[in-house]
Amino acid sequence: MKVNFILNNQEVTYEVDPGEVLLDSLRKNHLVSVKRGCDSSTCGVCTVLLNDKPVLSCSLLTASIEGKNITTVDGLQKEIEEIAHYFGDEGADQCGFCNSGLALTIYALKKEYKHPTDEEIKHYVVGNLCRCSGYQAQFLAIKRYLGGAK
Amino acid sequence: MKVVKKQIPSIDGKGIMMGRPAFTDDLAAPDSLIIKILRSPYAFARIKSIHIDEARKLKGVELILTHHDVPRNSFTRAGQGYPEPSPHDKFILDEYVRYVGDEVACVAAIDEKTAEKALSLIKVEYEVLEPILDFEQAIDHSTIIHPEEGIHEMFPIGFEPKRNLAASYHMHINNVDETFKSCDVIIDEVFYTQAQAHSMMEPHTVNARLDFQNRLTIYSATQTPFHVRRILSQTLDIPISKIRVIKPRVGGGFGGKQALHGEMFAALVTWRTQKPSKLVYTRKEVYESTYTRHPMRLKMKIGATKDGMIKAIDCHVLSDTGAYGEHALTVFMVTGSKVLPLYNKVESVRFTGEVVYTNHVSAGAFRGYGAIQGNFALESAIDILAEKLHMDPIELRQQNMMKENETSPIFKIMGEGTEGTAMNMDTCKLEECVHKGLKLIHWNDTYPKKILNEHKVRAVGMAIAMQGSGIPYIDMGAATIKFNDDGFYNLMVGATDIGQGSDTVLAQIAAEALMTTVDKVIVYSSDSDLTPFDTGAYASSTTYVSGNAVLKAAHQLKDMLITEAARILESKPEDIDFDGTIFTCDDKQITLSHLANQITYSHEQKQLTSTASYVGHKSPPPFMAGFCEVEVDMETGEYDVTHYVSAVDCGTPLNLKLAQGQIEGAIVQGIGMAKFEEVKYNKKGYLISNSFVDYRIPTAQDVKKMTTEFVESYEASGPYGAKSVGEIGIDTPPAAIANAIYHATGVRITSLPITPQKVLEGILKLKGDRNYE
Repeated sequence: MKVNFILNNQEVTYEVDPGEVLLDSLRKNHLVSVKRGCDSSTCGVCTVLLNDKPVLSCSLLTASIEGKNITTVDGLQKEIEEIAHYFGDEGADQCGFCNSGLALTIYALKKEYKHPTDEEIKHYVVGNLCRCSGYQAQFLAIKRYLGGAK
Repeated sequence: MKVVKKQIPSIDGKGIMMGRPAFTDDLAAPDSLIIKILRSPYAFARIKSIHIDEARKLKGVELILTHHDVPRNSFTRAGQGYPEPSPHDKFILDEYVRYVGDEVACVAAIDEKTAEKALSLIKVEYEVLEPILDFEQAIDHSTIIHPEEGIHEMFPIGFEPKRNLAASYHMHINNVDETFKSCDVIIDEVFYTQAQAHSMMEPHTVNARLDFQNRLTIYSATQTPFHVRRILSQTLDIPISKIRVIKPRVGGGFGGKQALHGEMFAALVTWRTQKPSKLVYTRKEVYESTYTRHPMRLKMKIGATKDGMIKAIDCHVLSDTGAYGEHALTVFMVTGSKVLPLYNKVESVRFTGEVVYTNHVSAGAFRGYGAIQGNFALESAIDILAEKLHMDPIELRQQNMMKENETSPIFKIMGEGTEGTAMNMDTCKLEECVHKGLKLIHWNDTYPKKILNEHKVRAVGMAIAMQGSGIPYIDMGAATIKFNDDGFYNLMVGATDIGQGSDTVLAQIAAEALMTTVDKVIVYSSDSDLTPFDTGAYASSTTYVSGNAVLKAAHQLKDMLITEAARILESKPEDIDFDGTIFTCDDKQITLSHLANQITYSHEQKQLTSTASYVGHKSPPPFMAGFCEVEVDMETGEYDVTHYVSAVDCGTPLNLKLAQGQIEGAIVQGIGMAKFEEVKYNKKGYLISNSFVDYRIPTAQDVKKMTTEFVESYEASGPYGAKSVGEIGIDTPPAAIANAIYHATGVRITSLPITPQKVLEGILKLKGDRNYE
């Protein structure tokens, strides 16, 4: 079946199986910034933005996004570079496998909250697992990004 | 120093976060055949028959492999030195399956759906055998897990498969039994540590293709590309010159990718079909069919005089290697060799034990291997001893622990699988680490505990640890630096960046030596065709071993540059002053960029490259003191680690933030192991903890406060004074948390993980005892 949607501000048409999830459709179409880390919708590395809200592309049927807006890091290069800058400063980026998904969550967090508390930040990113960093450096980077402090 | 010891962001973090293709599956050839593995549903069985006709008939199925179709060469998946200290006890596919998840057959098809359908059409008749699921019952059990012919050890490691022994070992210094007789206080305790799963975010991934010279090119998420090349060649009977292994960016390893998992199948499928293929493990497969940490039982007997001098340590370890003996002996030996020397003033030591086969997922390398298990037992035991001596646990440690310029005879006796290497602790700031940690955790304000309210108690606990920096005389790293036009450099290393930031740190070392900036040093790691050899990313070796190779190569190249400049400036090399960008001799000058362009394009042209290798002659241990503060709910047994302080001597931290990241990441993995991570099976040996839901790893909400500080030393044998920092962080949390829980509750937990349930049971038992009295 054909699905039309907006991917990173461009109209696209994907030919998909009815049961296909967006993660597989994107990777099949060479959009490899979106990763697969698990089979149970729990790790967050496949995060994309659906109409600006973070969702797991592994549990989103491609057939269900007709006409909707999907954003990956590829469509937000300037913003993601800024987040990456804070991560670099804090030494928060280790293997990086989870980082593209996490960056989208952080970008959405900034849009959604004006002045989130520490607990609200942690709650917002709790679904983005990371096995390398120990989270504290990520947390400091996120706080500096939200505060806009260079 | 201009580049090392500076806060330099990783050279690749930005590009990766921005989504550039970097990882193995990002680089798979389009239209690769999809490989799926049929896995054993039984913990132990013999394949009586296997029928693949129906599956083979399915449209889109390109190849099916069973144990009838693959070369029968025994090998070990462990990527270690060669010959390996692990038994060659594995076949690519075998008529026996030895754990739930073991490989039965391999299917390659045009897409995932077809491959999965084909798996379901393979008919296997099993003779189900009685498994061994309790590792304490394994030795001389009526079940023999490896009854097959053709398996062997590479050199004596105590391999006795008919007794279910993958390895065994015995060492002693003086006579512990005699020394115990002269001790005033003796403690004798048994500890258990559980299997932990690596849970790196990128699943094990491999893809293969033939290049236009008909050579086999493997892309693998591996920590050991050169071992992969060798083992593939030895096992598949493909000439090693026909194999190229490329290691793209690896999405976390922690030892879990220090072995071959899918490589055999991708290589075979592509070699036989001549088509590109790929195998991406599902998360379930990562848990079910790769590696765990070795679970252990540790008996720890310690004797001391009444004034707190530790005189004898006797340690017996039983280790569960699961179905195959990967790293069986070495993990077990590290349990002694990187733990017992902490208390080096003893008169006598004995370290013995066995590593047994069971029908569990194979155990393998995992960050801090052996050390974290040994540390939990020893550092819990030291606190138990302190209490029995009525002594402060800090004082007991300070009185007995390793100090700078001291040594331990254990270093010479115990290596990794072989004899060790004698060495002096030229740098050891353990004492300073303890002092610093005490202050940062506000030990004296809390120790041993503080009642916060009716049911909440705050307490502190600590442990000390040591690790190593590579394996002396075994681990080799090499680096090539190429000088380019306009004056920038390529640094090619066999070392593997698996997320720890080694590409960045190695670039810093080269840049410092060449007096340039990191952006002028372009790092490429690693590709068996292009980069020089390196044993791989393990044993805390990259900064120390590979870093030394980079430093040597950079110094050599600098000498070459100065020689060229002297020729152009018509002077002698010793008269040239070079500041990284300009060569000066009296009133004559030439810039690096001018020199580069001249020797590239116009005058006596040549390519300058420098290659150097390094093998350690010792393994200088980093040291640390880990302190934790916990808050325990006395009514539920629930507790939080509210603060974890790490005071670390890793020599010179070459990149402060990256070193801190290594420590903090390891601390959180250690806290996970201490608190809740546990690989669990049902009674039939089926893995229950086979997803992120059933195997919980720490999340952002689990992490409260961490303070990491470095107590700098200068290790003269390391690059710019560095020792290692990759593993040591994981060692202290289990013991430090157990000690803190004891201070809070009076409950001594001797078996990991320290769950609220165990704590509560202990609290209730203590209460009951008191009521009874």
